[in-house]
Amino acid sequence: MAMKIGNEKFKDNVNKQMEDTFMRGAVAGAQERLRTRRLDAAEELGNWEEWRSHGEEIRQHTLDNLDYYLQELSENLQKRGGHVFFAATAEEANDYVKGIVKEKRAKKILKAKSMVTEEIGLNDVLQQEGCDVIETDLGEYILQLDEHDPPSHIVTPALHKNKEQIKDVFTEKLEYKLTSKPEELALHAREKLREEFLQADIGITGCNFAIAESGSVGLVTNEGNAGMVSDLPDTQICVMGMERIVPTFEEFEVLVGLLTRSAVGQKLTSYITALTGPRTAEEVDGPSEFHLVIVDNGRSGILGTEFQSVLQCIRCAACINVCPVYRHIGGHSYNSIYPGPIGAVLTPLLGGYDDFKELPYASTLCGACTDACPVKIPLHTLLHQHRQVIVEREGRAPISEKLAMKAFGLGASSNQLYAAGSKMANSVMKPFTKDETISKGPGPLKAWTEIRDFPAPNKERFRDWFKQHDKERDDA
Amino acid sequence: MKVTLFATCIVDMFQSDVGIATVEVLERLGCEIVFPTGQVCCGQPAYNSGYVEDAKKAMKKMIATFEDAEVIVTPSGSCATMFKEYQHVFKDDPVWRPRAERLAEKTYELTEFIVDVLKVEDVGAKLDGIATYHPSCHMTRLLGVKDAPMKLLSHVEGLEMQPLPNAQNCCGFGGTFAVKMGNISEQMVDEKVDSVSETKASYLIGADGGCLMNIGGRMQRRDKPVKVMHIAEVLNSR
Ligand code: SF4
Repeated sequence: MAMKIGNEKFKDNVNKQMEDTFMRGAVAGAQERLRTRRLDAAEELGNWEEWRSHGEEIRQHTLDNLDYYLQELSENLQKRGGHVFFAATAEEANDYVKGIVKEKRAKKILKAKSMVTEEIGLNDVLQQEGCDVIETDLGEYILQLDEHDPPSHIVTPALHKNKEQIKDVFTEKLEYKLTSKPEELALHAREKLREEFLQADIGITGCNFAIAESGSVGLVTNEGNAGMVSDLPDTQICVMGMERIVPTFEEFEVLVGLLTRSAVGQKLTSYITALTGPRTAEEVDGPSEFHLVIVDNGRSGILGTEFQSVLQCIRCAACINVCPVYRHIGGHSYNSIYPGPIGAVLTPLLGGYDDFKELPYASTLCGACTDACPVKIPLHTLLHQHRQVIVEREGRAPISEKLAMKAFGLGASSNQLYAAGSKMANSVMKPFTKDETISKGPGPLKAWTEIRDFPAPNKERFRDWFKQHDKERDDA
Repeated sequence: MKVTLFATCIVDMFQSDVGIATVEVLERLGCEIVFPTGQVCCGQPAYNSGYVEDAKKAMKKMIATFEDAEVIVTPSGSCATMFKEYQHVFKDDPVWRPRAERLAEKTYELTEFIVDVLKVEDVGAKLDGIATYHPSCHMTRLLGVKDAPMKLLSHVEGLEMQPLPNAQNCCGFGGTFAVKMGNISEQMVDEKVDSVSETKASYLIGADGGCLMNIGGRMQRRDKPVKVMHIAEVLNSR
């Protein structure tokens, strides 16, 4: 799997997904739960807006000085005996990891949840090398067992599956014999995973934020699996997107607070792990070899553009959890491992407009995402920016729409044209009107009236009424 | 106070009643209403679809039409937001940016104007029945006008307000979204209609013509016996 998770057209995907009543119920339920929890957590912290501004500042500062902090991070990690590799592309990153796997003759690889390794399609590459790759995050583990079903959410990847479906997967793949109780399912998965932990040759994790001042990699998980993945195997590889970095532990703390509150409405998730290179002579656990792979894969192309702020993202999914479009179409519709508002902005930047130009239009620009984002990314403005680029810079809009908008520009800037058009509207629409209502409209109204009625234009425009009103007022 | 009315194209062409109610409410509150006939559309349909250059023509026309106003009032949160957006659209234009900034400073959405500028919360309106209010997205989130409509509605004699479940969710209008992504829009508006039904309200009140056209059109198609009212019409009831 890479970032792109399917080849279907956006429209077909949406139609298919909207049939999935279970998924839609699950998403709506999760949205309502998480929204309340997030708002409660924010209120409990107090001064939420100030925290957001602080988070935004930290992210902006880091991005503006990214070269500097990446340099600092890698120097500090190397001092502690870690290896650092800058990968310009997905392929370079995968090749590097493959190289380590070959050198170690590794057979079993454990992974903690990581979006960037999904983005570069690392699992496929390692499996082709004959490795057994096991996801240890419960959600990812379920998806992997279920024939690599793609994730539909960036924090809870198996959100679209219910416990019965999960039970079926376990029964088929893990000889599971118990009920669909979530606790029983989770316990069974843990036991299975524990066996794997002990035999693994290499552990691969993602990175929530690397800390430049110490050369550490910070991981935030709910299940504590990242700690196991990074401690038990003898070789440790961490793959991070090049923007996932903070200057010091002080900023780390602020961002982790924003992340956990925004993602799940918790003060802190259950486990925060900081990895700093291989184990030292005095340490008893930890890997003997530590590699940090810093992945660009299109990110530096975003720096310095009008889209730079998207790199502020801390992958908390708050925008997804409030999105009224995601609510109905679910994650798989977006054809990308990054769904929802953040996905609709990021995916076309990383994957191009050829495959993803519909995504920026899958929004009403309602601004719920922008409001929810803990680091103040103006998501709806960026979606709008994409539309402008698609229409004006790339010239990819349909010709009929272009003509209509040209006509709009003319009509809206000329008194005569507007006056004539608006005056005629009522009589032009007469043939389609019944009881002041248009229920089957022509041209662009067709799509509107397929599902709802459209009002007949006023017989007397408001401006005509006002003219009369003004006259009466003057006469009085 | 002299108030220059920006009626919006939707009101001018489809919802005269809302425009009339706006004028009558404001006049009753002692305002003198001016309506510059040079006003057209604020440019939002083209702008939101990405046609910024085409939209700029409408924007310039609107700036020129309204720049001599003392205050500008409009019965639409979304169109007021658009007026405030102009300054960002022209941010690199030394001539139009300052003009757009001045326009933004004196633009008010109707309820915001009544509550914050005229300092009135009880306009003496009277309407019997149960109602629910849909807070439109641009008005609440982008313009930041959240409380004014509720304050005004709470003083309407005879009106019982019921909270709308999941009120914060968009109704699925989104301008061209409603036709471009018609199937998604349908699901969104259906959920909104169902939420309205749940409240057992006989009136759905809103402050944005576009959203009301969308929800109202769907309710009508689904034969829901709910009357859609713009807040100006509610405030003008007696
Ligand atoms: S864009 Fe903002 S809200 Fe969305 S995932 Fe990223 S940080 Fe969270």
